[in-house]
Amino acid sequence: MAEANEGKRVGIVLVSHSKEVADSVARLAAGLAGVPDALVAGAGGLPDGGLGTSEELIVEAAHRMDEGAGVALLVDLGSAVLTVKTLLAEGDELPEPARLVDAPLVEGAVAAVVTAAGGGDLAAVAAAAEEAYTYRKL
Amino acid sequence: MSGKVTNDAGGSGEGGEGAQELDAAFFARWMTTAADAVSHEADRLTELDSAIGDADHGGNMRRGFEAVREELGEDVPGTPGAVLMTAGRKLVSTVGGASGPLYGTLLRRTGKALGTGERVGREELAAALRTGIDAVAQLGGAAVGDKTMLDALYPAVEALADSGGKDFEAARAAAERGAEETVPLQARKGRASYLGERSIGHQDPGATSAALLVAALAAADAGQDAATSDSGGSE
Repeated sequence: MAEANEGKRVGIVLVSHSKEVADSVARLAAGLAGVPDALVAGAGGLPDGGLGTSEELIVEAAHRMDEGAGVALLVDLGSAVLTVKTLLAEGDELPEPARLVDAPLVEGAVAAVVTAAGGGDLAAVAAAAEEAYTYRKL
Repeated sequence: MSGKVTNDAGGSGEGGEGAQELDAAFFARWMTTAADAVSHEADRLTELDSAIGDADHGGNMRRGFEAVREELGEDVPGTPGAVLMTAGRKLVSTVGGASGPLYGTLLRRTGKALGTGERVGREELAAALRTGIDAVAQLGGAAVGDKTMLDALYPAVEALADSGGKDFEAARAAAERGAEETVPLQARKGRASYLGERSIGHQDPGATSAALLVAALAAADAGQDAATSDSGGSE
């Protein structure tokens, strides 16, 4: 699958209601994965810094993270889920291919960053992040 | 009850059952009337949302619909479908909460279903609204009875369809009743669902704002521009 990407990495966008959460989880994932230059960015909160979901910030981050191998979007809840779903269903604002990944935000972000850094394609990155749901803690 | 643009158009169209009487100006008037209603009721929406949500529904909806008003004030698209798609697009990008993608999807899908004609008939609008509401149900994974905006929207579109698309006032009444009937329901979708039984006894803010949107449609039809602003974007 590394060959399929021709050296391009899958971009990862973390969408949270909070800018601090999104940016911190991005740093956490890159740090725990040991990939300082990981292609991961937060798109959290509203443009004014308040809590919420901003289509504008999501689209901007997705394009910034797009090297041509696709972009995986991980989200927290509520409007973050609905906004990304709406972006995918309507219009052409996100880079192609972009995919909403059904994964826990923190654990999924770590798995996604590790897999993307290893050359995994979009399907592999999504699968790794989704699998994070199965990591039981008790 | 003097005829406004819509009624004049009905008379001069092909006539009969399929009169294409609703034009872009009518849909722009619907949106600006909705903006008036949302701004007027924003405090009430937020109050309802503070009981079972995160107390941002009024502010979010006001921000979104004021952006729609501004957009349509600069330039009204030429077709009914384009007006609703433009408005929906604006809501998605400005609301900042779940109602952005939900109402945005409602208007965009309804607008898309209206097609590209310069005028649409009332039955077409009823059918298109149902398409838009179905898209909202699919996006949110919700159904009637979940204590959501759908509890106002489905009764409204059913009342409208039952009258052959003619009776906007019946749709308004059905939406309002649907919103009131969310009071005894337990929320099964959205943040309110985390409250479980504690969500019972409160009217759903989303159903309430949905009823405002339907009321604005009826008001636009009656030619009652609720406030001073006019849809034509004269300034």
